[in-house]
Amino acid sequence: MTTALRSPGARWLRAASGALREVAGLGVGLAVLAASVAVAITIGPADIGVGDVWSVVASHLGWGTTELTPIRDGIVWNLRLPRTLLAAVCGAGLAVCGAVMQSLLRNPLADPFVLGVSSGASTGAVVVVVLGAGGSVLSLSGGAFMGALVSFALVLLLSHILGGTTDRVVLAGVAAMQLFSALTSFVVMTAADAETTRGVLFWLLGSLSGAGWTDVWLCLAVLVLALVVCLGHARTLDAFAFGQDAAATLGVAVAGTRLVLLCVTALLTAALVSAAGAIGFVGLVLPHAARALVGPGHSRLLPVTAIAGAVFLVWADTLARTVLDPQEVPVGVVTSLVGVPAFVLILYRTRRMR
Amino acid sequence: MTTGDAMTTGDAMTTGTERLGCDARPPHPRQLPTLAADRVSRAIDGRLILDGVSLTPRPGSVTGLLGPNGSGKSTLLRLLSGVLAPVSGVVTLDGRPLPEWGRRAVARRVAVVEQHADTLVELTVLEVVRLGRIPYRRAWTPAAEADDRAVRTALEHTGLTDRADQPWHTLSGGERQRVQIARALAQEPRELLLDEPTNHLDIQHQLDLLNLVTELPVTSIIALHDLNLAAMHCDQVVVLRKGRVVTAGTPAATLTESLIADVYGVRATVTRPGPDDRPHIRFLGTVAGARP
Repeated sequence: MTTALRSPGARWLRAASGALREVAGLGVGLAVLAASVAVAITIGPADIGVGDVWSVVASHLGWGTTELTPIRDGIVWNLRLPRTLLAAVCGAGLAVCGAVMQSLLRNPLADPFVLGVSSGASTGAVVVVVLGAGGSVLSLSGGAFMGALVSFALVLLLSHILGGTTDRVVLAGVAAMQLFSALTSFVVMTAADAETTRGVLFWLLGSLSGAGWTDVWLCLAVLVLALVVCLGHARTLDAFAFGQDAAATLGVAVAGTRLVLLCVTALLTAALVSAAGAIGFVGLVLPHAARALVGPGHSRLLPVTAIAGAVFLVWADTLARTVLDPQEVPVGVVTSLVGVPAFVLILYRTRRMR
Repeated sequence: MTTGDAMTTGDAMTTGTERLGCDARPPHPRQLPTLAADRVSRAIDGRLILDGVSLTPRPGSVTGLLGPNGSGKSTLLRLLSGVLAPVSGVVTLDGRPLPEWGRRAVARRVAVVEQHADTLVELTVLEVVRLGRIPYRRAWTPAAEADDRAVRTALEHTGLTDRADQPWHTLSGGERQRVQIARALAQEPRELLLDEPTNHLDIQHQLDLLNLVTELPVTSIIALHDLNLAAMHCDQVVVLRKGRVVTAGTPAATLTESLIADVYGVRATVTRPGPDDRPHIRFLGTVAGARP
């Protein structure tokens, strides 16, 4: 068998079939995601089928006409489609950020919010909403984005002052998280009325209800950029398995790589959080689930994590907007309620590895 | 006496080959050292950890770094691997300073095995060994034939071929170190640096591991605590104290009773059954609590 595998033809065949299997796996994942998006759009008070969704999308792309009324067309194209797509983008982005953070910081508890980005975003949003500067969605997102970047800069500065090692990054992140949570609470307590507090709280827990096409395109662009950078560093992330010294002896520029990946994930998280609020648990749980599925190699782990995160959040959001219909549950509540048991199950199944 | 003078004596090589049966190792009697440190220093917060240390191991030989805790053994290894930069002095590979080589090029020549490697990632033996190919891999490209071959050879060399699919977390300490050596070999190094690789291992695994290392066709530099293991396995030893080289040479010439008392503060008797045999050290007690 060994001789057969060593011959060039057999080797090529083996490599080709391996690559084919990976591409096929990825294709199946994307198909599941597309089906999830299509089906999720049909679920809701207005009676819409998968065929209707397809005809609306096709007509807007100029491939035909739809027989749906303008109202139903609007429900699909202006409300449910951007919302579902934003759910997919957010799920994919948060999950990838979580996977990268966990490997980079060598901490299985790391998630996209470990750098204090989400709490910074909350503070930014609350400052904009509560202390004036208008209450429109755009300025809330803008404030959130600014807050996220300020918080991340503070974490980088703190971790640099504290010694620049991986555990210092985590500790600086925790410190920033506490600081900005306190600031958020302080602003809400002192300045907000009950109605504003309710709105802010809803956003803090994560909500995709305000999704528009601008959010989708913006977040998608940042997601694609981040995915390209992270996949380009897939091998480097593998090298961090035994710590940063071990990575350095494998030829990895540790400090530079860490800075690039931290910045890219922070930027992506900031974009997602300013569009949809701090949706918890996706970034923590989905990477573990994907690892249980395809193992720890990042060139496979990252795409699988992205697709799994996207599918997960599409369904979590569908649940969030239908389970108490006509009232909406913040999607962060759903992700945690569904995520915690799933998390425990994954950890239980992998417990013997330790 | 510089370390270079001591190491070019022919005595070390003869003793080494006879005792260890490393006939496969090619002799390099006059060849220049490949990885060398020239008067390197390193300081932390203004305190010198290493103070002008030079090291010129002969190609293909096994050099032991000895000295009490805090003498600078690990720091010297980290300078040699390029993970740390010296504040003065230079580490050269084939005569060229390490920074000129670039990290990846150094990682293809110099492999490192730490005293205690662990991970939270659930990896198999094969996946750990494959990490050694990272210096050779480019982004966005799959593994090449050369990568698979190097991994296979490394597994064969360390006797791990049958255990390729075993999870890292189920391995014993000795097996883990063996896997780390396989990972290092997958880097296809010509220089191997080991930082107290036998700590935490039982005596059989200590001997196993050092036998494996000494028979590899590479230049090895090993930081060791156990003087008897060093005497058994090293062609030459370098003794450090407080960041300076105290002495260097063959174990037989270097590991004397007076040196051990001086450097470690320990009374010992050193015996050698025959003139060509390795010295054997028996510890009697600390110098402070010495009885007449």
